[in-house]
Amino acid sequence: MMGTNVSLEENFQAYVDGENKVEPKDWMPEKYRRTLIRQISQHAHSEIIGMQPEANWITRAPSLRAKLILLAKVQDEAGHGLYLYSAAETLGEPRETMISDLQSGKAKYSSIFNYPTPSWADMGTIGWLVDGAAIQNQVMLTRTSYGPYARAMVKICKEESFHQRQGYEVVMKLAQGTPEQKAMAQESLNRWWWPSLMMFGPSDDESPNSAQSMKWKIKRKSNDTLRQEFVDKTVPQVEYLGLTVPDSDLKWNEARGHYDFGVINWDEFYNVVQGNGPCNKERIAHHVEAHEEGAWVREAANAFAQKQAQRKKNTGAAA
Amino acid sequence: MNKDHWKLWEVFLRSKNGLSHKHVGSLHAADAEMAIQNARDVYTRRSEGISIWVVPSESIKASAPDEKEPLFAPSDDKVYRHPTFYDIPDDVEHM
Repeated sequence: MMGTNVSLEENFQAYVDGENKVEPKDWMPEKYRRTLIRQISQHAHSEIIGMQPEANWITRAPSLRAKLILLAKVQDEAGHGLYLYSAAETLGEPRETMISDLQSGKAKYSSIFNYPTPSWADMGTIGWLVDGAAIQNQVMLTRTSYGPYARAMVKICKEESFHQRQGYEVVMKLAQGTPEQKAMAQESLNRWWWPSLMMFGPSDDESPNSAQSMKWKIKRKSNDTLRQEFVDKTVPQVEYLGLTVPDSDLKWNEARGHYDFGVINWDEFYNVVQGNGPCNKERIAHHVEAHEEGAWVREAANAFAQKQAQRKKNTGAAA
Repeated sequence: MNKDHWKLWEVFLRSKNGLSHKHVGSLHAADAEMAIQNARDVYTRRSEGISIWVVPSESIKASAPDEKEPLFAPSDDKVYRHPTFYDIPDDVEHM
């Protein structure tokens, strides 16, 4: 026989199984590329849309210190979005396509950002729980098989730690404050707890793409594993604050060495994913508006750059 | 191309003097000056750099992965280029 007929895909799988990183110009199965473009761009969109619920409180932050921190955090989210768009672009997906897919609803973003932020306590709860859940996922993704995605994640994880700690501090101040402030913290926790658990996505048996992503080492832990890790880490943090997790089924399971928790309302999850959450329309409308209002700035910058280049050329010719 | 589309730039940072510039990612900008300003905002919010290079992505010529073999394999069988190839007695010091 003239050698063995090992397919490109089998070679690719063996390469990934050997814990090697895939770089932009390497051969990869088309489905691997598409999966990454979908996942990285959705991740980027989540960072960008995630600026909105927090920006809601910048003008009303309770102190200058709180305002500076919130501004820095929202600016970080913009940065994270850019690192991720940059990673997705290495796969050949133009930025404009990603933006138009977001605006048309073809691309999704994390459903958590379709919930409103009516109270200052939400600024704390988002940093603590939402960023906390994101960190759980992102730490795993620092070891993802696609090099540019992994590198973006390393940078993001370093910065997320600030997000989570500042969030916990906001909630802690309220929890240790007046009874009204403590009630405000508890009310916010009640609203964000379950959506935070939903951030990890459907249960493993309901998540058809997960198995392939695990095989390609894009993901390295299942949704349910990550969710359990998050619950185990977070419950003691809730207890420290003297607050209560809004789940009557939550209890430590000595045999498993984990917390048992109640059943997630997946109807709510799918309903929000499908566009019927409290703020879906508002979030996209705001993004479209900001994008369109910025069009003249992008055009003017291009015109200016062309003019400068032309002037330089003319000066060069005259000299 | 849309007239509000900005081209892609690759960003390199020197974290401190004595070290080389290192690739950190990319961004969009209308011209080089704006690319540097954007790179400052996107990639140096926590003192990660003291010097920035920006290069239009289209200007970078990269070697192709399928050329890996002919390009790099020739150096694999030249072990005599490495100091460990040579047997020098332990008694001989400072070598």
